[in-house]
Amino acid sequence: MDALDDLALTAAVFLPLVGAVVMLLTPRRQETVHKVIALLTTLATFAVGVYVLVRFDYRRADLLQFNVNASWIDVINSRYILGVDGISLPLLILSMFVCVLVVIYSWNHFPEPHNPKAFLLLVLVLETGMNGTFVAQDLILFFVFFEVVLLPMYFMIGVWGGEQRQYAAIKFFLFTLFGSALMILSFLALFFRGGQTFAIQELIAVASDTIPRSTQLLIFGGLFMGFAIKVPMFPFHTWLPDAHTQAPTQGSVILAAILLKLGTYGFVRIAIPILPEAARVWAPWIGGLAVIGIIYGALGCLAQSDMKRLIAFSSVAHMGYVMLGIATLTDFGINAAVFGMVAHGLITGMLFFVAGSVKDRFHTLELSRLGGLLIQAPRMGWILGFCAMASLGLPGLAGFWGEFPAILAAYNPAPGLSRELFRVYMVVAAIGTVFAAGYLLWMLQRAAFGTPTKEFAGHPIPDMRWPEYLAWTPMLLLIVVLGIFPNLLFGLTNRAVDTALAAFGGGG
Amino acid sequence: MEPVFSAPTVDFHAFGPEIVLVVVLGVLLLVDLVFEERARWASSTIAGIGLLAALVPVLTLAIDGGDRTLFGGAYVVDNFALVLKGLFLVAGYVTVLISTDYIGDGDYYEGEYYFMLLSSLLGMTVMASARDLLSIFVALELLSIPAYLLAGWRKRDLRGNEASLKYYLLGVFASAVMLYGMSLVFGVAGSTLLSDVGAAVSRGPRSAPVITVGIVFIVVGFAFKVSAVPFHTWAPDTYEGAPTPITAFLSVASKAAGFVALVQLVFIGFLGRDDVWAPMFWVLAAVTMTVGNLIALRQTNVVRLLAYSSVAQAGFILAPFAVAADIPAARGGVGSATGAVVTYLLIYSAMNLGAFAVVMAVARKTRSGEIASYGGLFQYAPGLTVLMTIFLFALAGIPPLAGWYAKFVVFKSLLDAGTAAAIALAVVGVVNSVIGLFYYASVAREMWMSPVPDGQEVTPVRVPAALGASLALCAAATLAIGVVPNLVARLGNLALFGALP
Repeated sequence: MDALDDLALTAAVFLPLVGAVVMLLTPRRQETVHKVIALLTTLATFAVGVYVLVRFDYRRADLLQFNVNASWIDVINSRYILGVDGISLPLLILSMFVCVLVVIYSWNHFPEPHNPKAFLLLVLVLETGMNGTFVAQDLILFFVFFEVVLLPMYFMIGVWGGEQRQYAAIKFFLFTLFGSALMILSFLALFFRGGQTFAIQELIAVASDTIPRSTQLLIFGGLFMGFAIKVPMFPFHTWLPDAHTQAPTQGSVILAAILLKLGTYGFVRIAIPILPEAARVWAPWIGGLAVIGIIYGALGCLAQSDMKRLIAFSSVAHMGYVMLGIATLTDFGINAAVFGMVAHGLITGMLFFVAGSVKDRFHTLELSRLGGLLIQAPRMGWILGFCAMASLGLPGLAGFWGEFPAILAAYNPAPGLSRELFRVYMVVAAIGTVFAAGYLLWMLQRAAFGTPTKEFAGHPIPDMRWPEYLAWTPMLLLIVVLGIFPNLLFGLTNRAVDTALAAFGGGG
Repeated sequence: MEPVFSAPTVDFHAFGPEIVLVVVLGVLLLVDLVFEERARWASSTIAGIGLLAALVPVLTLAIDGGDRTLFGGAYVVDNFALVLKGLFLVAGYVTVLISTDYIGDGDYYEGEYYFMLLSSLLGMTVMASARDLLSIFVALELLSIPAYLLAGWRKRDLRGNEASLKYYLLGVFASAVMLYGMSLVFGVAGSTLLSDVGAAVSRGPRSAPVITVGIVFIVVGFAFKVSAVPFHTWAPDTYEGAPTPITAFLSVASKAAGFVALVQLVFIGFLGRDDVWAPMFWVLAAVTMTVGNLIALRQTNVVRLLAYSSVAQAGFILAPFAVAADIPAARGGVGSATGAVVTYLLIYSAMNLGAFAVVMAVARKTRSGEIASYGGLFQYAPGLTVLMTIFLFALAGIPPLAGWYAKFVVFKSLLDAGTAAAIALAVVGVVNSVIGLFYYASVAREMWMSPVPDGQEVTPVRVPAALGASLALCAAATLAIGVVPNLVARLGNLALFGALP
């Protein structure tokens, strides 16, 4: 079994790439073959994920497991180090899970210009990048995987996207690249000041002692830019609504469900454990931007007339809660943040799926032209309602456990942070939830309630088809299950979060 | 009576690559002379095989190990020289591959073409070993003069004439400036050996202004060669007018030769006078990458775009020079900078040659170099599109394609130095990476996302075997180096030993 354990994470990362190569060698005309290869590849990868879930030692979720440590670039002392702990495991599984569902959903939902071969190939390359980011334990390796997702997403938006796709694609690319260029400079600074190593665990041990405080602050600033753009935090969020709106449905789902988490994950995995002192100084600012993001995102939602754009802005708000949880630097807050990442991935991913299917049927997402979805396609309408409820944080569904504890954590932030300030943040964030209920219900009302508009009244609108059933059911189930048994996730993350926060005396 | 001249003992093994090249040059001439038209097809084959044959002594020398010093230190075969000779020969081989069909179809003078190409390569292999002002100058002229002719190979084409003439005039001017600088340096040092120059230059303030002027002139002379801003003005016109394979050759091999000379001159000869050259290189690097990138943004012709992109890339290669003297010995000292330069050159060669190979393959069909003619390429030539995308984003420095490691080692050498100037240069580099991405991505956008232009046939593009082979070589190198940077990191590091006194 041990030999398999050693291979597990490498397989999780590179299996999708193997599938992609096989597809590359298959002629383009054989579309069904391509779909089957992609499905089998993602399923096989998910099976590896299940294996990891089974073999994972939950009592020691604070330790990195399934470790791999091999030589990679000797000259700069960067190594091929992989490992999962309680924080990365849920995100890794989420990434594998969503990729399977995206391939299933794609079965009869290929946006123009069709070409399933190229489209599914990109999904597989994306999966390699995402899985790799969640398991990499070396900064350079992390950086490479972090960047690998850029190109496929650029092409997915730019080739299969909507009207403004070229603008949205390059904007997405340039924003992220700018952030990651600063990030790599910070990594290099950590390398030089922190004992000539890129291994995250070694840096955690030495960095805060050996690096002067002022330098720590600067390095954290570089990391902050890299990760905050990816999250995206206000005021770096402007690429997100464009990218989401223009991306094809599958692209939006992957973007919302996983890509945004690369940023928040970076904070939890790299920035805070390595530079806890700098994190404490930066936390009030991060928290401030997070609550601005919550309110700004919510107000942005209320101003939208396009359903997809509305969901995109709601992402800005939701990621604001995640960042607020992180900014408290307490185990409570960061547990909530990790939960929030998974919950937002499932719920917003689902919302984008539904929006995609609505667009498929009505060829528009203008809220003023929609209406009466519950009459024309009742099942889909109910699912939209369910997701809206989950998204606004209804207790009993997954969204609640991401938001509520994050707000609560702000009541009592880590020692050294201003309580008064964070309590203000708490109040603002709580007001944000009211807005959230407002815009989500408003969207639901406009799209699903009432009677169909004249434009579509006479048209038969088909309800859900089998790929939609297959792709959506697991996500909906998980939203409910995690909502009812949040400990499934909290139990996993808690120990790991405590370790990440060791510098703060085991959390607040 | 003392003999006036005693023949030095020559280590023929050390001269292996050069001897093979000379023999191949002779064979090429003879075959062309004796068989005339009937053997036209053979010349590219002979040139290609000859270049591969010249790699054999490079390998045996590498396996043999040990530095070989000839002519009292004027000619050195060490790891640095071997790595770069290997680079020149492989780049030359790829150039032959991409030339085969272009020159064959175009009714050009094939025998002479390959003769010139190999002469130029001979100059480059000599350059890699030259550790003496005179042998550097001889190598430079040997590699430049055939290149002037090659640039004007399409002699009935006005642009070709302009390309050649501009390149020739500015090249000769640069040589003259450099030669003047060398004479000044020689006047002070009393020797042309770089090691003697190094000792004389660092000895103290004696005749310091003369040395300063000498160093400035020599660096400016080579700034022309590597097309650093503001000495780059010949590059875009020459690149556009020259036959495309020669453009690829100039932008890769010829430029690399210029950098090799700079490494030897600056790090052996002028090491003691970093107060003169470090600020010069700082400005050259910052201006070169910024101006090259900004002008590249406005290009509508893909060859000109690649020309300006190669100007910008030269800026990145110049950056380590600017900080070399500030790198503490514990972090590799000057060696860290040399390693960065060599690593960058190796990676840059693979991706740039690849990009030009795709340009040639596409031009065979579209007969155009306009970026607009690339519209919708993905629909009828998906393979070429994917390859071009790989090369472009590699040039932009996106992992996991090779270019990221090249940029990374440059940034690392800058932070190795850690001075305020070095960090400022790193920030300039970061901004430029983002600007660079924009125009590389704009070509990719044209290929993937734009519709096919009117009147463009959408039948698949046929790629000749030789061109296909060069594409495969470059793509394999670009991907492999990107995923396993150790492949070149080792070479880049090997190259340090022996290059420094």
